[in-house]
Amino acid sequence: MRPILLQGHERSLTQIKFNREGDLLFSCSKDHVMNVWYTHNGERLGTYDANNGTVWTVDVDSESQFMVSGAADNTLRLWNVATGKCLFTWEFPTAVKRVAFSEDDKQVVCITEQRMGHQCAIRVFNINRSGDGTKQSKEPVHMFNPIGSKATVCAFTAQPNIIVTGHESGKVALFNVKTGEEIDNNERAHSDVVTDLQLSPDKTYCITSSKDKSARIHDTKTLMVIKTFTTETPLNSAALAPNRPYVLLGGGQEAMNVTTTSLRQGKFETRFWHKVFEEEVGRVKGHFGPINTIAVHPKGTCYASGGEDGFVRVHHFDDSYFKTELYGDLQIED
Amino acid sequence: MPGTVDDIDFSDIEAKYSVEYEESLDNTVVVDGVPVIDKSKLEKLLAKICKEFSRRGISIKPDDTFMPWDDAKGKNKGYLFIDFRNENEANAAIAAMNDHPFDAKHTFKLNHFTDVERYANMNETYAEPETEEYTPREHLRAWLADPQGRDQYVIYRGEEVQIHWHGKPSQCELAHKPQWEPFLYVAWSPLGTYIATLHRRGVRLWGGPSWKHQQRFAHPLVKLIDFSPCENYLVTWAVEPIVVPEGAPQGPQYFSPDDEGNNIAVWDIKSGDLLRTFSTNVENENPSVKRQLQWPALKWSPDDKFVARVTPGQMISVYELPSMGLHEKKSLKIEGVVDFEWCPLSDKDRDEAEKAATNGADGRSGKKIPENKLAYWTPEVANQPARVTLLSFPSRTILRQKNLFNVSECKLYWQNQGDFLCVKVDRHTKTKKSIFCNLEIFRVREKDYPVEVVELKDTVTDFAWEPKGERFAIVSSSDPNLGNPGPGITIKTDVSFYQLDRGKNDFKPLRTLSNRTSNAIRWSPRGRHVVLATVGSSSKSELEFWDLDFNNEDANRREGQVAKDDWGSSIQLLGTADHYGVTDVEWDPSGRYLATSASAWTHTLENGYAIWDFRGQELIKQIQDRFKQFLWRPRPRTLLSKEQQKQIRKNLKEYSRVFEEEDQRESETVNTELLAHRRRLVDEWNAWRARCKKERAEQTGQEGAHEKKKEDDKEEIEVWVDEVIEQIEEEVVE
Repeated sequence: MRPILLQGHERSLTQIKFNREGDLLFSCSKDHVMNVWYTHNGERLGTYDANNGTVWTVDVDSESQFMVSGAADNTLRLWNVATGKCLFTWEFPTAVKRVAFSEDDKQVVCITEQRMGHQCAIRVFNINRSGDGTKQSKEPVHMFNPIGSKATVCAFTAQPNIIVTGHESGKVALFNVKTGEEIDNNERAHSDVVTDLQLSPDKTYCITSSKDKSARIHDTKTLMVIKTFTTETPLNSAALAPNRPYVLLGGGQEAMNVTTTSLRQGKFETRFWHKVFEEEVGRVKGHFGPINTIAVHPKGTCYASGGEDGFVRVHHFDDSYFKTELYGDLQIED
Repeated sequence: MPGTVDDIDFSDIEAKYSVEYEESLDNTVVVDGVPVIDKSKLEKLLAKICKEFSRRGISIKPDDTFMPWDDAKGKNKGYLFIDFRNENEANAAIAAMNDHPFDAKHTFKLNHFTDVERYANMNETYAEPETEEYTPREHLRAWLADPQGRDQYVIYRGEEVQIHWHGKPSQCELAHKPQWEPFLYVAWSPLGTYIATLHRRGVRLWGGPSWKHQQRFAHPLVKLIDFSPCENYLVTWAVEPIVVPEGAPQGPQYFSPDDEGNNIAVWDIKSGDLLRTFSTNVENENPSVKRQLQWPALKWSPDDKFVARVTPGQMISVYELPSMGLHEKKSLKIEGVVDFEWCPLSDKDRDEAEKAATNGADGRSGKKIPENKLAYWTPEVANQPARVTLLSFPSRTILRQKNLFNVSECKLYWQNQGDFLCVKVDRHTKTKKSIFCNLEIFRVREKDYPVEVVELKDTVTDFAWEPKGERFAIVSSSDPNLGNPGPGITIKTDVSFYQLDRGKNDFKPLRTLSNRTSNAIRWSPRGRHVVLATVGSSSKSELEFWDLDFNNEDANRREGQVAKDDWGSSIQLLGTADHYGVTDVEWDPSGRYLATSASAWTHTLENGYAIWDFRGQELIKQIQDRFKQFLWRPRPRTLLSKEQQKQIRKNLKEYSRVFEEEDQRESETVNTELLAHRRRLVDEWNAWRARCKKERAEQTGQEGAHEKKKEDDKEEIEVWVDEVIEQIEEEVVE
């Protein structure tokens, strides 16, 4: 499994994302730019350059027509994927930490940071997909401030108008965006900040990673914890591998702690865990800094990881990955 | 309602607070055998009796006595009551005056007044004493019958003792966690039957499958103990001389006033009786010269028949057992003797001795039992060389003597079967400035006891025979720091292996490993494997696992001699390991595992223990605060005869198949359990997924199926793009 090294960023990666077909890989980083790459050979297709601050988050719609990005310059931007043009900009008082498209591509949810006296806010915008996309309403359709610990990650669930959020306290909650009401929560999902939340293809369950060194699979309807994966390092990202019963976990010691803690290396590997048996099955080395973000190809044929070291590594899985039955012949539903 | 105080019934209160008077008559003594006299002589008689009593230290006054009088005859009845102040005085009087001859005709008989009554009223019919139910004692060697053939070890940590089983990883478990009151340390007996703990008040032995208390030896403040090789006797030592306090319990199990001042005691283990005590202080020795205590101070012959102690410079005293009397009533007077060692018995010797013992019982003893041997050495004195002597005991005949020159120190090392005796002789050069070493090796099994000499240039710091083998290993060093240890100084050493060359009948070096730091040699109890360790060093703590028969099979070596060309070639390093701060290294009795420990008695860094297999693979490692002691439980000699052992070795494959099958089965059961567990997990997961999918399908069904269609209309378009990058026309000139 020889990785393709994508060297297009000058600073650490914040989020990477495949489009629905998995032929394109979007990456954003602290160096203010976003890149789009061909997955199969790692060629850079283009950059999106307009943000004036760390780009924290990116998401692309299912038709790969529009893309949204959230950045530390307090803006949420809509982009044309093909041309690289910035179509619309929303401005907020604080930085945008997370964006996500809804399943039908008609809505975008975004989380803004709690800072400078402004509360953490969750806003939902309608996206006008007609025309060239430059005509968007400035005002959100829904907006609310989650009470208590601030939200760090969010995504639309399978049910209409309901989002699942991860919080700084380790809480995982369900919100009705229309009313801003917290439908359900699991205060003790994690004991530290939730760093990533990725949904299964059918959006019925999600995986969260946390600084508390564990990752968990939750039922998105009941928020019941289905599986727990406990590692020995703080986790920054967790992803589900479609078609194979694995989850991918990435993390590592915080860069600032590397010199002060253990003599051993910082555990900057991507860990593969068995989704059902909660056992580690393998590791992939390569990054020389903590892994910040992991994304898996929607068909499960390859995965990419972006690290604090500024590189994205795209790994196309070998044949043996698909053929090896580690635990014998077991039929495990995806 | 009572009108006056008198009407109140106080009887209950009075009953409650009434004073109990001393109504016992225990202080009254009846004196029989008093002369019968008449009234006139009464006064005189009482005065005389009082005088007699006070002569024996019992003071009584005539007022305390009561003389029953026969008024009819006008004479006394011939007995007398005396009241003493308390029971103790009465007892003392009985002890002193009973059977006292008052005059030629009269002898006093003293009894307690209460006894007279008791014996008068005694039931005369014979009641059969109840026989105590016989409870069979636990088998002290039950642990040997462990179906899995595991060994045991004891660990002592903090105030806590644990006894563990050790076998395959799945078979290791806690065997017992005793609750013993505080003690100094634990020790196994040499055959593993008992475990001893050293308490303030003496030694306790424990054993059996339930670890019950077996025996105790009351030696206060005992510091060191030593078992005899056959576990019949125990020697204890305390710094403080024995003091027998007033009122101490008396009996064969306790010290008597004769033992006062001594500090070594010999005990019989089975009965718990004290056999004899010794003093470590030699008479007419200059007390200002403090000698290092030699332990064991008493050396046992391997068959437990004799025990000997050396009085340096004078004699060796041999005592017979079980009487503990000096053998033939005289010691072996040897001018200048420094040290001696008994020759160990080989397995064959033991078998023969056992056979002879059974034959002897039948009255026709066959062969003569070989005598015990002991070796001692004397240093150089004026005009007389140093000398090593091999002596047969009890006949006291000298078997072999060897003179040595320029000797500064000798050490005697017997091979554990008694086949060889190595005398490590530290010799000095003429100038007495440098020291080198000779090994004088006596071949004890051969006629006339030939002696081979191995001359070495360096100082030998450690020597060890291979158990049951013809090889030995030495640690030698030419490091200038040797002899002045300091912090941070690691002494460089060389380790050499030697083997007996049967063709030439001398010992030749097999291999020398130079530039090591190892300072301890630990042969496996079965031979062949050896571990070289660096112990007691703050910077180095290496363990090296060596196999001396890596190439040739075990059987080969024993039968024939090794061919010339592969002399020393079969030595192979199996592995190296490191145990930081290791203080003790010990093989288990089977020679399969090695335990290393870092004891808190020596230092406090990373205390704990580790168990390795013979290849140096770590099996267990426990770092425990305040860890003190790790001891394997020894095993007694095998009960199988040589032939049976040979048979087993021959059919080893068949035996191993059984064990392999067992392993297989075990791993299979673990596997099936794991598989079932996984199966269940998968089923749970799949059930949950099915439920989720169903719900999802219902939901999307409500929203409309139009989206589904989109998925199906997948179009595959293949586009060929030809791109002309450059076109060059070239003319080719012919």
